[in-house]
Amino acid sequence: MLKPPDYASTPERIWHYAFIAICAVVFLFLIAPLIVIIPLSFNSLPYFTFTEEMLALEKGAFSMRWYEDFWGRDIWRQSIVNSLFIAVCATVLATALGTVAALGLSRPHMPFRAFIMGLLISPMIVPLVITAAGIFFFYARIGLTGTYLGIILAHTALGTPFVVITVTATLIGFDHSMTRAAAMCGADPARVFFKIVMPLILPGVIAGALFAFVTSFDEVVVVLFVASVEQQTIPRQMWAGIREEISPTILAVATLLIVFSVAVMTTIELLRRRSERLRGVTPA
Amino acid sequence: MTDAATTGAAAPADGPLTTADGRPLKSALARAERIRRVKAMLLVLPLLLFILITFLFPIALMLFRSVDNPIVADNMPRTIAALEAWDDRGELPDEAVFAALAADLAEARRNRTIGRLATRLNYETGGLRSTVTRTGRRAQRLKAPFKEALIGLDEDWANPETWAAIKRLGKRLTGVNYLAAVDRRYDVNDNVVPQPEVRRIYVGNFIQTLWMSVIVTIACLALGFPVAYLLSILPLRYSNVLMILVLLPFWTSLLVRTTSWIVLLQTEGIINDILVWSGIISEGGRIQLIFNAEGTVIAMTHILLPFMILPLYSVMKTIPPIYMRAAMSLGAGRHYAFWRVYAPNTLPGVGAGCLLVFILAIGYYITPALVGGQDGMMISNFIAYHMQRSLNWGLAAALGAILLFGVLILYWVYSKLVGLERLKLG
Repeated sequence: MLKPPDYASTPERIWHYAFIAICAVVFLFLIAPLIVIIPLSFNSLPYFTFTEEMLALEKGAFSMRWYEDFWGRDIWRQSIVNSLFIAVCATVLATALGTVAALGLSRPHMPFRAFIMGLLISPMIVPLVITAAGIFFFYARIGLTGTYLGIILAHTALGTPFVVITVTATLIGFDHSMTRAAAMCGADPARVFFKIVMPLILPGVIAGALFAFVTSFDEVVVVLFVASVEQQTIPRQMWAGIREEISPTILAVATLLIVFSVAVMTTIELLRRRSERLRGVTPA
Repeated sequence: MTDAATTGAAAPADGPLTTADGRPLKSALARAERIRRVKAMLLVLPLLLFILITFLFPIALMLFRSVDNPIVADNMPRTIAALEAWDDRGELPDEAVFAALAADLAEARRNRTIGRLATRLNYETGGLRSTVTRTGRRAQRLKAPFKEALIGLDEDWANPETWAAIKRLGKRLTGVNYLAAVDRRYDVNDNVVPQPEVRRIYVGNFIQTLWMSVIVTIACLALGFPVAYLLSILPLRYSNVLMILVLLPFWTSLLVRTTSWIVLLQTEGIINDILVWSGIISEGGRIQLIFNAEGTVIAMTHILLPFMILPLYSVMKTIPPIYMRAAMSLGAGRHYAFWRVYAPNTLPGVGAGCLLVFILAIGYYITPALVGGQDGMMISNFIAYHMQRSLNWGLAAALGAILLFGVLILYWVYSKLVGLERLKLG
């Protein structure tokens, strides 16, 4: 595909290579900003640009000092713990609620499906500032501002649409005769669910859980509005870092987060392939 | 039921069909379906309740703040009651109103609510904050005639506009926040007039927000279309590799991507360095690429581009390549075949991608706040400003309501045009 067909005329050839060039530029636009961060995070000087020594690949120009700075500061370590704790709790809640709801939504007898689906997905669509403002007033009234529980509940609400969407997608084309067959063989509903349904929808559930996790892990607006200093999270700390004392420590954190997203992406991709294999769908 | 059983026994050929226990089949079916509906509903119920309580109810509560206006009515009950009779807006109200005001302000000061009262009045008419607090301090010692005494304290009490503002804000439900959100206000006779030139911010910013979102959407479409097309025609083993380049930014933290654009675009940043090094611009002529509207648009385009490419790709993947070949074998040129046969088939993907990007762009907060500077602000930034800094929550709620209304219309269009079931991720 990268070579034009032999019968192509000269303008067609030119257009073909121009097209490839355009695509290459767009790919560069997509990926370059992420790649550039990585070497800069090893800068031994507090600059956000490549020094001449770095370009000459001198050994002294690179260092781990920003990673050490990151690891050495209590506030960053605390924010990692907080982020993980909040994200894990929110993910567990969102996955449980979302999976059960998706099972209900996928049943052929579900009434008002489109309307309810619209409500359940709305946390993904409503601008975050509006969500955060609403939650702030609500929490102020019931005393949940500045608590872990408050942030976990808010992040759960933000994460559920992803679980609902991914699990509903795996349930499309789900063969209901399998659950009926299991029931006829004497399995009670709980057994049917864990032995038949769960293994089949598991890829969708895990994908949804990962989305929910990343949503919570990356969320900053709600945290800015309702959290106290105690619930400092990584994104909030980065936000503060970018606004106030911008140091290359941010770049070190960013590099670690990029590595993290590579891991998430790989997991999702493996799950997708497994799901397609399980459902007998050949990759399109 | 007995009726059905007897007729069933008497005339089995044309009586209603029954189940084994003698129920008419129709009602038995209806019952079975009802049970299934209830079961399906029960599965959805926990999440539905959760979203209603922790998400939709708080938003409704917040939106109510845009019309809710208790402060003045609660703190100036006597003044509001006395102002009932005041009709001639050319004249000042009579002595009774001034006396009521002195009493109200003295009490508000004792209750320590005068600060909130002063702030609320100040949103409406600039300068009233100091007038109210100063008057409140002395209100206790004022003696009749109150009219002269109060006007002697502060000239604002001799201005009918002050009284018109108090009377207007005395109502518990108010539209002033919405008027303020569209740069309008009431004049002394309660007519709606435009704000003075210097205070007109929001209409301009709504337009700027829409305009920036449109540009981001168009940029995403222009950049995303060729890439999605390339991905859809390449053999799977190549396209899977290239897909990583789309998915990696998609999965990477928003703050990381915003940070990297700051690093790239700042005046001492890499883009400017490259331009200087290659001699395109001089050392002194470094370009301001960030902390303005352009920088915001660039960063937002990068962040939202995967949301355009993914739906486009999934639609393009389903268009059989044979259509193009058929059109060309019928004599269409390459471009004619592309625009008349291929492009119309991609429209569902174009619609889905554009709507999604536009919906996400219009409510953006983080990126404009970090790289927007002064002229790259979007409406979300004003909402956050009034929430956290100026504490004018009524106005924040009104701006939020307008933004939410726009987003919900687009969401509705999306669900009709694309269908929520087709909302795919990754």
